[in-house]
Amino acid sequence: MAEALSVPVVAVGAAARRARARSREAWLLPALGVLGFFALWQAVAMSGWVPERYLPGPLTVARTIVELSTKPYSGATLWGHLSSSLVRFGTGFALAAAIGIPLGLLMGWYRWLDDVVSPFFEALRFIAPIAWVPFAGLWFGTGIGGPTLVIFSGAFPPCLINAYRGAKYVDRRLVEAARTLGAGGPRIVAEVLLPASLPAIVAGLRVSAGIGWQSLIGAELIVVASGVGYMMVQGQLNVLTPVVMAGMVAIGIVGVVIDVVLRWFENRIRKSWGR
Amino acid sequence: MNGAAVPGTAAPPRAAAVPRRWTGQRRFFIGAAAFAIAIAAWFLLARLGVVSGGRFPTPSDVWRSARQIAFEPGYAGGTLWQHVFHSTRLVLLGFAVAIGTGVPLGLLMGTSRRADLLIGPIFSMLRPIPPLAWIPLAILWLGLGDGAKIFLIWVSAFTPALINTYAGVRSVDPTLIEAARVHGAGPGRLVRDVLVPGSLPMIFTGLRLSLQTAWMTLVAAELVGAFTGLGKVLATASLDINPGMILYAMAWVGVMGALSTKLLARIENKVLPWLKH
Repeated sequence: MAEALSVPVVAVGAAARRARARSREAWLLPALGVLGFFALWQAVAMSGWVPERYLPGPLTVARTIVELSTKPYSGATLWGHLSSSLVRFGTGFALAAAIGIPLGLLMGWYRWLDDVVSPFFEALRFIAPIAWVPFAGLWFGTGIGGPTLVIFSGAFPPCLINAYRGAKYVDRRLVEAARTLGAGGPRIVAEVLLPASLPAIVAGLRVSAGIGWQSLIGAELIVVASGVGYMMVQGQLNVLTPVVMAGMVAIGIVGVVIDVVLRWFENRIRKSWGR
Repeated sequence: MNGAAVPGTAAPPRAAAVPRRWTGQRRFFIGAAAFAIAIAAWFLLARLGVVSGGRFPTPSDVWRSARQIAFEPGYAGGTLWQHVFHSTRLVLLGFAVAIGTGVPLGLLMGTSRRADLLIGPIFSMLRPIPPLAWIPLAILWLGLGDGAKIFLIWVSAFTPALINTYAGVRSVDPTLIEAARVHGAGPGRLVRDVLVPGSLPMIFTGLRLSLQTAWMTLVAAELVGAFTGLGKVLATASLDINPGMILYAMAWVGVMGALSTKLLARIENKVLPWLKH
């Protein structure tokens, strides 16, 4: 009896130990990886293999970020550059959503519109948003209009495609019920297709925000006179690698924040509207 | 209610009203007509002088640009063929390096929990930085030549290649892995005969995404600074305020993007015949 009991007890003990080791690994290894990455970076920067001006260490970059947030560089502080980037981003993104979502829904309902717009859309889709930069500058200048066109051209396709797909896959019975009750095309689009495809639309918004933010950075590298991208180009021209890296960190963080906000929004929509 | 949401039954509304074989033809004709009308309108507006070539090119501007760049000495340092060849070569080189590093690392992270825990967080930390944001750093480190472009293409194509390989390995049925192990397959054979074939569909999805970002990043990098390439043509045309050339170069950016996607789909069908689209 005692023997029979003792065997499982030992096994449980070993399993528990293994589980504890696994859970210790689960936080130890990631911490080790990240710390190791920074340590290696710092070590290479300090070793002098690479001149410090081309590869500043993480500490230098962190110090630069702090400095840039109070001291203006190429016209504005880091916050100033970020806010002018965000205004451009917001304008282009809002325009893309305001045109892409209604157009996608209407294309999902009116077949002729789908037939007319789709070929143009397909033809333009393969042109990288960044290739619009020359025309953007020529048509709308380099202030807010030009970059907005570039962001728009990046953020527009996912808005349209998701609204379109959402509208196409709405439960047919809902559509037929609405038609039987006498709803016309515009009412069906606004009161059946729009609410039913809301989860798909919001998912599309997240994708388009990501592409839009990317395209904005590209546009700012080329045409504008303010914004994070511009700050980085100035840093590059003056061989100030820490400024360039500080810009990369700022861009990464803002990108994550935009994504987190939209993901939160997406979850809320899915909870209240999704099936 | 849920029954109708099954993909097979959720036919688009009104689809039933038009017989199947007519829809494709109808689509084609309406699309072609819309294109024809748009092009006719462009010619007409140019003839009437509404489109004058200062901001938007006239058809003859585009034709002149097309002829200019087609023959020696070309435009922006080369003929169209040289620019396209240069860009394509860079994309292929960078893409090859990205596959060569991203896929093995994805396999490693997919198979080893420890490697995943160790490398995964570093990777998630760097991933939010968009490839285009690496352009100034690439120029600082490697200058305006081909090295910087290959580095940028690698940065942009590496992530999708790695993530999708990782997801692909994770999606392989564990029973298959165990079965292979039971039958005495070592790690090498396990990777070659089970994990790679099992994750190939996901790997190809990743490659398609990488190829698209690779093109976009290359065009952006060439716009910022380069000696040859389609982006260089765009940048020069932009400085010269030559709308005809801008439009023509943009069209070629689109053509190259479409061609490379189509080509990869072809290769995918060859390699994975059982998944034919």
